[in-house]
Amino acid sequence: MSAEALLLQVASGLATGGIYASLALALVMIYRATHLVNFAQGEMAMFCTYIAWSLMNAGLGYWTAFFATVAIAFVLGMLIERIVIRPVEDAPVLSVVVVFIGLLVILNSVAGWIFTYTIKTFPSPFPAELPYGIRLVSPHQLGALAVTMVVLALLYAFFRFTALGLAMRAAAQNPVSSRLVGIRVGWMLALGWGLAAAVGAVAGIMVAPIVYLDPNMMSGTLLYAFAAALLGGIESPGGAVVGGLIVGVLENVLGALIGNELKLVVALVLIVGVLLARPSGLFGKAQVTRV
Amino acid sequence: MRPVLTASLSAVLALGLSLPAAAQKKYDPGASDTEIKIGNTNPYSGPASAYGVIGKSIAAYIKLVNDKGGVNGRKINWISYDDGYSPPKTVEMARKLVEQDQVLFLYQTLGTPSNTAIHKYMNMRKVPQLHVATGASKWNDPKHFFWTMGWQPNYQDEAKVYAKHILQTKPDAKIAILYQNDDYGKDYLKGFEDGLGPNNRKMIVARASYEVSEPTVDSQVLQLKASGANVFFNITTPKFAAQAIRAAYDSGWRPIQYLNNVSSSIGAVFKPAGLEKSAGLITTEYLKDPANPAHASDAAIKDFVAFMKKYYPDGDVTDRNAIYGYTVGHALEQVLKQCGDNLTRENVMKQAAAMKGFKIDTLLPGITVSTGADDYAPLQAVQLQRFNGQTFELFGQVVSTEH
Amino acid sequence: MSRRMLLLTLALLAIACALPFVLTSYRTFQAALVLVYAIALLGLNIVTGYNGQISLGHGAFYALGAYCSAILMDQAGLPYWATIPIAGAACLVAGFLFGLPALRLEGLYLALATFALGVSMPQILKYHLLEKWTGGVQGIVIAKPEPPAALAAAGLRLDADQWLYFFVLAIAVIMFLLAWNLLRGRVGRALVAIRDHHTAAGVMGINTALYKSLAFGVSALYTGVAGALGAIAVQFVAPDSFNVLLSITFLVGIVVGGLASLSGALFGALFIQFVPNIADELSKAAPWAIFGAVLIAFIYLMPSGVAGALRALGARLAGQPKETRP
Repeated sequence: MSAEALLLQVASGLATGGIYASLALALVMIYRATHLVNFAQGEMAMFCTYIAWSLMNAGLGYWTAFFATVAIAFVLGMLIERIVIRPVEDAPVLSVVVVFIGLLVILNSVAGWIFTYTIKTFPSPFPAELPYGIRLVSPHQLGALAVTMVVLALLYAFFRFTALGLAMRAAAQNPVSSRLVGIRVGWMLALGWGLAAAVGAVAGIMVAPIVYLDPNMMSGTLLYAFAAALLGGIESPGGAVVGGLIVGVLENVLGALIGNELKLVVALVLIVGVLLARPSGLFGKAQVTRV
Repeated sequence: MRPVLTASLSAVLALGLSLPAAAQKKYDPGASDTEIKIGNTNPYSGPASAYGVIGKSIAAYIKLVNDKGGVNGRKINWISYDDGYSPPKTVEMARKLVEQDQVLFLYQTLGTPSNTAIHKYMNMRKVPQLHVATGASKWNDPKHFFWTMGWQPNYQDEAKVYAKHILQTKPDAKIAILYQNDDYGKDYLKGFEDGLGPNNRKMIVARASYEVSEPTVDSQVLQLKASGANVFFNITTPKFAAQAIRAAYDSGWRPIQYLNNVSSSIGAVFKPAGLEKSAGLITTEYLKDPANPAHASDAAIKDFVAFMKKYYPDGDVTDRNAIYGYTVGHALEQVLKQCGDNLTRENVMKQAAAMKGFKIDTLLPGITVSTGADDYAPLQAVQLQRFNGQTFELFGQVVSTEH
Repeated sequence: MSRRMLLLTLALLAIACALPFVLTSYRTFQAALVLVYAIALLGLNIVTGYNGQISLGHGAFYALGAYCSAILMDQAGLPYWATIPIAGAACLVAGFLFGLPALRLEGLYLALATFALGVSMPQILKYHLLEKWTGGVQGIVIAKPEPPAALAAAGLRLDADQWLYFFVLAIAVIMFLLAWNLLRGRVGRALVAIRDHHTAAGVMGINTALYKSLAFGVSALYTGVAGALGAIAVQFVAPDSFNVLLSITFLVGIVVGGLASLSGALFGALFIQFVPNIADELSKAAPWAIFGAVLIAFIYLMPSGVAGALRALGARLAGQPKETRP
């Protein structure tokens, strides 16, 4: 394969990787807040994107609809936590996972019913052409990547520098002690869900112009995002983005080198291989607990 | 006086003798004086749920038929179950329909693996597996499988039409193929390679496959572009077709593109991809496209749009699956009409195998439904058409895919 | 086992044997499928419920067993009953080999590795170099097993569906007995100890690495045998029907049925077999939304699964205090 073709594949891989990274960020977000991986994150993102689409169809401008959707997603996330997740708070972990699966299935099915399976185009706020005639990636893919970076920076700052972020991390890590120091653990969880839903909505809105909006838009992406988040270390937002980009590039380059029939298998084998060498992910910290 | 009496007597006798034996009613399980029970499985859930529109569209058409009084005074009771495109589920649901719900026959069961899973069972049970909704080529085998009949022009034959066209119009072609890695994609691929013939197989310079679970096919399109091909055979389902068309155009690759007819839809594929980016696409078709401006004043399309509004308002008029279901519903109606009062399973197959030039107005002009005792392929003609950015331009003759 | 449990089990067995004579062929077929899923869920329960290792990829072992059976019947002409032990053995080895490197991974990371296995299986089965054996995307059609002539000669007339049901029932009983024996003894206690407190178990002298890998192997064996039986029952295997959704369905099954419980496997099997059908009958528009809602409702009402709820009920009726451990 020529160097130019390889370069194109890497560039395209970074673009697709950006998609995985944005959803992986949402997964990391929810994990940091609740120590659970929300398998319904992709479908929530997809559903919020449909909400944005409906708002735009009703006449709202792009950025109005964007911020309105993010706000709606935030509220939706909090409501889901309070209404759906709260009752099973004390249940075994796997039971909660099954509730997530139930949520996933409901969202996917309802979206298909309300919006049908015909693909819908979703507008992009970025200019149609890059300056200087750069053709490696489309302007939207570049813009989406930039937005993901901004979200990453905001999340990092939130967790690192704000009291609320600290409280959220504490609530997830040690709910009992957190209550003792006055943190409203229940609200921290709801807040976490709200933020994760908002991050997911942004991911969906950025991804939809690239892959087209349909109810199954995020189903495949979730797998890659899950792998990316774990590869980077499930507690690390930066790791999620790096993981996403790696997965995207890996998949593309493998596809070009060894063909598409086994690229998924090989990519996953490689990722698991990395995890075997670094069982907490690239940027994760090994959890040390007292016995 | 007496000659008249004799004449009238003989006339009455002759009339009485010539009355068809169908005056006596014959029923198999599922048929009665008032209703005909028909069973179906469709993927209403899972990764193939986009095809579930077909089942819903047929159900809507049956409602229309029933509102008009049914067929020969009988209402059609359409029982359709979700199989999620999973063969074990199809087997279970088919058995439920045949053994528990006691339907007269199964109609338009969808999916190649799903139909393969119940193929033997249906023939062993002697229950019609009629007009199966798949483009595989193995359903036209009345000698071994009397009870199974296909419907649409099969994928392999369609691909051969493209192959032939390429050989005729561009003998120096370098062909790149993008295909879905499942039975549907591989069937097209095989037909295309067979159509080119062993000598011309080397015209294919690149193949790239994708899984339905992948978010985009941009990477595959880039691989194909890098091969330097000047002809592109695009075997993708609507979402991926739109992605591929757009990706090819945006990357600066402008090959002669052939698109499989599953995705040949102005509303569901070309508009999202970009009308100008889809210009020049060649496809074959047997159905009219509701979003085709050339058909806007066509009476059949007007009827279809009205039908969708009244009976399937949740559906998308531009979804090719919707008009597909509407069209095949007409065929069902016709088969039942031809059965008259003889509603045995064997007669259903016999009538299905006795359709001569039956016209459905949503089929392209020149294409009709024809079957025979050894011809279990109702639709065997397609029309090559080119999309010019606005509408489809039909070109060439209606191509028969009969062998 | 207490006298009461023994009587209950025998009664259940008697009902199970009587079923094919009172049910229609179709229902008997469904009952056979329930038993097949029960064996598969038992397998998953061994590694996830009893041993605490989350597996999101057991569909891959189910597929492996199914294809073993199909290929042996189709290409090697083996009779259906001979393929079962071979499929089981192959899966035992595969599961053990998978469990070895998986030792390094914990919790979510293990879940990802198993998820990767579940996702990769269809691609591997469709791979063109293996097409000669696997039949590629077209799959393999299998002949239906007929009741042995000896039975007819002895005067017991069974049709194919009834025979298949009894065949599956016999194997299910054997597998459940073996599991019950295994899990109530040292091995079972070791597995649960590893699940509850890994470090303490190691300190106590349990060879955690061996037991964990063995757990994977045995659970793969069970699910593989189920896969083989499933393939014979349905008479068809195709790669895309063994996708990751199947693995997720199994997980849902053991959670709803009840983790770390033998009866839970049966309850879970009944759930995953019949609830989607019921949901389908309730709503054509969004059948899986109903399924999701029912699923969530089940978890609300019975967070420890049906088996857990029954256990709590039984304890309450017996006057014992409520368990505080979740």
